[in-house]
Formats: sequence, structure tokens, C-alpha cells
Amino acid sequence: MIFAVDLLLRDSIGLVEVGIVLLKVGVAFVLLLLGVMLMIWFERKFISDMQNRIGPNLAGPFGIFQTLADGIKLFFKEDQVPAKADPLVFRLAPYLALVPAFLIFTVVPIGGDFSGGGDGTVTWWGRQTFLQVADPPIGFLIILAMSSMAVYGVLLAGWASGSKYPLFSAIRVSAQMVSYEVALGLSFASVLLMSKSFSTHDIVLSQGGYEWNLWMTGLVPFFIFLLAVTAEMNRPPFDLVEAEQELVGGFHTEYSSLRFALFYLAEFMNVITMSGVIVTLFLGGPEGPEPFPLPGWLWGIFWFCLKMVVFLAVFVWFRATLPRFRYDQLMNLGWKLLIPLSLVWFLALATLQVSDNRDWNDFIVLASIFGGFVLVGLLLKRALKTAAHNPDPDLSAPATAENNVEENAGRNTENNFDIENLKEKDLGGKN
Amino acid sequence: MSQTEQLSYIAGQAADARLNLELETDGMVINLGPQHPATHGTLRLVARLEGEEVVEAEPIMGYMHRGYEKLAEVRTYLQVTALINRIDWLGSFANEVPFILGAEQLMEIEVPDRARWIRTLLFELSRIANISLFLGEMGLQLGAVTPAFFAFRDREFVLNQIEQVTGGRFHPNFDRIGGLKDDLPAGWIAETKSVMKRMRTFCDEIEDLLVGNEVFETRMRGIGVIPAEVGLSYGLSGANIRASGVDWDLRRDEPVGLVYDQLDWKVWTHPDGDSFARYWVRVQEVREATKMVEQILDGLPSGPIMAKVPRIIKVPKGEAYIQTENPLGAMGYYIISKGDLTPFRLKIRSASFNNISITPWLLKGTLVPDIITILGSLYFILGDIDR
Repeated sequence: MIFAVDLLLRDSIGLVEVGIVLLKVGVAFVLLLLGVMLMIWFERKFISDMQNRIGPNLAGPFGIFQTLADGIKLFFKEDQVPAKADPLVFRLAPYLALVPAFLIFTVVPIGGDFSGGGDGTVTWWGRQTFLQVADPPIGFLIILAMSSMAVYGVLLAGWASGSKYPLFSAIRVSAQMVSYEVALGLSFASVLLMSKSFSTHDIVLSQGGYEWNLWMTGLVPFFIFLLAVTAEMNRPPFDLVEAEQELVGGFHTEYSSLRFALFYLAEFMNVITMSGVIVTLFLGGPEGPEPFPLPGWLWGIFWFCLKMVVFLAVFVWFRATLPRFRYDQLMNLGWKLLIPLSLVWFLALATLQVSDNRDWNDFIVLASIFGGFVLVGLLLKRALKTAAHNPDPDLSAPATAENNVEENAGRNTENNFDIENLKEKDLGGKN
Repeated sequence: MSQTEQLSYIAGQAADARLNLELETDGMVINLGPQHPATHGTLRLVARLEGEEVVEAEPIMGYMHRGYEKLAEVRTYLQVTALINRIDWLGSFANEVPFILGAEQLMEIEVPDRARWIRTLLFELSRIANISLFLGEMGLQLGAVTPAFFAFRDREFVLNQIEQVTGGRFHPNFDRIGGLKDDLPAGWIAETKSVMKRMRTFCDEIEDLLVGNEVFETRMRGIGVIPAEVGLSYGLSGANIRASGVDWDLRRDEPVGLVYDQLDWKVWTHPDGDSFARYWVRVQEVREATKMVEQILDGLPSGPIMAKVPRIIKVPKGEAYIQTENPLGAMGYYIISKGDLTPFRLKIRSASFNNISITPWLLKGTLVPDIITILGSLYFILGDIDR
């Protein structure tokens, strides 16, 4: 029973309960769309500040309606389907990208009275309820499942376009998102160890009293999660999927009109929802001090939004500062650093939990954890060394000088270039 | 098969045959360009790929061919400078200089000292305007947007200084046979000095943002390595060859007509020959150019800026080849005169054409993202390739 735990639906279900649920759904939907609009504006304004530009400033006060104007413009553009595209999948893909982004947001608690040991409920019309659309006991799995589903939108869009650059993009996205899913899940698991629940509401509840997972799990899972989420959302510096300089527009090269707008919407919606997820998992969700009295849930929403804006700013900051990773570097980072690190960290956290429960000797536990780290590090180093001795011909050492000189030796002699004589010429080595 | 399909099939076959591509393999052939965000211009690159690895790549140029060599044959020497301004449009003044020097050599005109100094000054200013844009744009090629905006912001000041002297931001058309069109405006020297300080700050900023950035280094180091002998055999010049450790700079080695031999400066080289080295050398070059400009501003001699030249310029019969170290590399003009108002034949040796010719060799075995890195770090300008 998915809705079993929501206090609202525990007893009989009447018109008021249905009304409240519908209200929450509607508000979440509208809030998310409004949030996307503001997020796009915020990103453009913020990044133009960093780059000594003005940014959008004509549509509305401070250009705040720029996104709306762009949306309306895109709405009236011609909707083209390329001749070589698979029409059905081509039309389906934008929705596959958009819907998961919406669905993740349903399990994110955006407010509620968590302060002072509160259980995070609000009372509307005499009914108690959570400030999230749904609180399934498997909220954690819904987040993971939906972020995996988001791959299909991009993958199918790239494949169905029937064009070369989008195809590249599709290949990249499948590998990138699948491999970063692992690191994402493992750092997620560290949070679960501390919270002992799959429900997002319980995860927030377990962080009460400022025992936020950010420091309770020892910072490392947080940073791994942040990196993995950035890669998962295809944000810079991991935006290989839509690398403009390489793949033109990536998977949405062939898209136009409203379908393009949907992709755009999905991308920024992902940024918002994933920031919400980070805040929920690591920063205690809506928890925060209440300097003067307001209805408790209002403070919750305020703190939640504030924490979220911090992460939105961080993502924009990434985009403004960092160059893009190369594909194999991205894979190296994911598989050789993030996944082993998060795995070992997860095991260490688990060991600590067990030792706490059973009163084991702290010294021996810490020593064995340290030993474990060293052991894994050495194993990894050895594995990488072995891999370096047997290089994969396709991916290793793309353009070293030696490779090229050997391969092209014949080519140069064909063209009658006398390299040996050129060396002797007085052009080189004069100072 | 419809007629259009047939035609496109034939065209595809013809293109493949021309490139000697073996179609029976599973590779994919992609066209980067002529309209592609990374080719900054209309360079077309046909690459055959295995996965993301480049098996073979060939640049195809000529989409922007404007026929300057032929056009110059029906224009007077004064009119030609307006044309050749457009070859390397980011460092325009530098295009005029070797041509004018060649014509002066044929006419045996003694150019006044002040004109020579100001020529060198503007030459270096256009170098700064040109290369500083590259410094930002390289970041853009790798996905970092901010450096490009910084570059545009600071280059603006240099362009303003050039505009104050010449009246043109992009196409000064300022160099004349026998000297310069005008002298420097009042108050210009102090302003330029502050701009040079600003450009050095820009170099520091760029070093903070990009050169010291780990992601940037991993994207650039060891990518597109050009050994010195290979680079020389392909006729590379400028920073591209200096980054391979070849200490060859025409400003020092053949200082014809300009005053580089009277300045205190250094030719920077880098032993690595990879993309990072090319970038690094260019950063140093901008720094060195700002120092040179300051020295010129301090040591500017007084005197006329124009020698006595006939009202109607007729270059005597003869041939001359002058090359200078332009922002993109060695640029030369071979002028053949038959004693007319116009050059009989003008052969333009532009740096980018040779620099880009190494790409088929260099791109073999690289990955698709590295194509962008390598093309970006070779730093060509389409006008300079196609002319």
C-alpha cells in the first residue's frame, strides 16, 4: 500500500482528503513549472554576472519573464520531424525525459514542521498531512528508478533522430548515466545506513536536531553524490551528452519547437528536483532555526528553498568555471575513483554501525577500517597497473607522438619529405 | 530511388572516392562542418570513425575562398591593403605590414624611424588583440564559457586603442608605402600603457582559470603532440612550431623593416609539443607583446611618419618576398611587379594554411573530443586559410 503511511489517508477517505491530495498535486505541478521558469532566469542572470554580461533584462522586471517569452516563441515554431527519424519514438522521447523529472519531485518533502522534534506534519482543515505529494515507504527507490528512467528519454531521442551527432550523444548518455548510477546508489546507501528507512519523510525525520547526514556520513558520500548527480543530469562539467563544440546539440540537435522546449524544461526540472533530493538526503530537508514565530511549515518551506538555491547556484557555478571532461576521463573518474571510494566508505560506515550496536573495541574497529582502506587502495592500484600493461587498443593513449610517428612513417616518405635532412636545417635549435 | 536521392548518393560516392575512404568497414563518416559550432568559420572536416576514435580525417577548405591573389592584380597598391586586411581578420594590421614592406623594398624607399616604430607598435597591438581572443576561445572549445567572455571584454580595450589611432577597429587600412597615414593621437600613450597593464592582468586571470585547472590540463596535456621534425616537415610556423621546441621566430631571425632588434624581449618555446604547450606559449606571447608595446611607447623617436613618395605609386620592375611573424605564424607576400600601378602577381603565404595541413596526420587515432582540442589549439582563422 503506497499511501499507507501518510497520516491523511490512514482513516476514512472523504471529499476533504481527496481535495487535499488534488491540491498538493496541483500546487507541486505549478510550483515546479514556476520553479523551472525562475531557475532558467536565475541561471542566465547569475552566469552573466560571472561573465561580465547583463543577461536577459528586457522581458519584465529584471528580465524575469524571459523564459516565458522563449517558451511562447518555441510554442509557435514549426514542429519538424526529420525524414530519417523514427516518428513514434522521436515524438515519445521528450515526454520520457520530462515525466521522471516530475515524478521525483513527488517524494521530496518541501516543508513541514520538523523543528523541535516535530514530526513534519501540517494541519489543514483538521486533517494532518505531510508537505509532499506522496510518501511511499520506498521513496528512495522511486528516486533511483526515476533517475534511471530519465536515461531513456535522452537515449531514445538520440537514436530516433536518425542523425549522426545525436547517435553519438545517445551512446554517450547510456554509458555515462548507467555508470554514474552506481556511484549515486552507493552514496545513497550510506544515507540509508544512518536513517534506517527508505521513506524520504523518515530520512528527513532522522536528521532532526541538526544531525544532518552531511556530517553524520562524513562528507564523502555527499561530495560523491553531488558529482554523480551532476553527471546524472548532464550538467557541466559532465555535459558530454550535449557538448555543443563536439556534438552540435547532442540528442536534441534535430528537435525543434515544443519538443525542444520539453527537453529544455526537463533538464532544468532535473536540476531543481535533484537539488531538492540533495537537500532532503544530506541537509535535513526543511529543518532550520525559527527566529520569530510564523506557522511552522512556512519556515520549513523557507529553509528548504534557501538550501535548494544554494545548490542551484553551485550547479551554475560549475557551469561557469569548469571545462568539460573527456569521455574516457569521465569513465575513469566514475569507475576508478567514485565507485570504489563510495563502496569502501559504505562498508566502513556499516562496520561502525555494527560495532556501535555490539560494543566492539573502538580501536580495533578503526584500525581494521583503516586497513580496509589501504587494502582496497593497493588492490585498485595494482589493478590499474595491470590494466595499463595490457592496454585496450581502442581507448588507451589516443594521440601520443610515438604512435603517430610509427603509423605515419610510411606516409611521410611517400610525400618525399626528408625528415632527417630537415632536422639538420638551421631552423631548429637556434638561440 | 528518386532523382535527389540518386544525386546525393553519387555525391557521397564521389566524396568518399576523393578521400580514399574504404566503405566496406563498419566505421562512421561524419562531417564536422562547414557549419559546426567548433570550426569557428567554414572549415569542413571529414572524419572516419571507429566508435569515438578517428581513423582518418581530412580538412576540406575553400568554403570562404575570396580570391585575393587574383583581385590584387587589378588594384593599385593602396587599394590592395584594404583587401588583405581581411585575410586574418583578428590581427588585421599585421597583414598589411609584410606587403607594404615588400613594396617599399622594391621601390627602395627609406622609411622614417618613427613610422617604423609605430608600425611595430601596431603590429604588436594586433597580435595582442588576436591571440587574447584565442586564449579565451580555447576554453570555449573545451566547454568553459567564461574565459571567452573575459577575452572579449579585455580585447575591447586593445581594439579601442587601435581604433583611436587608425579609425578602424577591425580593418585599420593604415599602413602606407613610405610610412603611415597618421601620427598617434594626443594622450594615447598613457592610455595604452594602462591597457597593457590590463592585458597582463587578463593573462594572469586566464592562467588562474584555465592553465591551472586540472580538467583543462587533462584535456590538453599529451593531446595532439607534434614532434619538432614533423612540424617542420609540414611547414608549421608561429606558436605552433615554437611549442614543439623549435626556437624560430621571424621577429628575431629576420627583422626586416621593423624594430624588434632594438627591443628587449624573449622568444618563448615549450619542449612538449602538445596542445597545452601551444596554449602556454601563446599566453607568454601576449605577455611578451605587452612588454614590447611598453618599450616602444617609451622609446618612440620623434620625426616625420611619412617618407617622400611620388603622388602616383608605380613599383619598379622586380620581385620581392617579405615575411613577418604574424599572430598566427609566418606570413609572407611574394610580389612580382612589372612597373605598373598594380602588382603583376601577388602570392600570399599565410600561416593557417600550413598549420591546418598537419591535421590529417595529427588527428589519426584521436578521440572525437580531441578533434576539437587539437583544432582549437592549432589556432587557425578561416580567412587566413582560404584567402
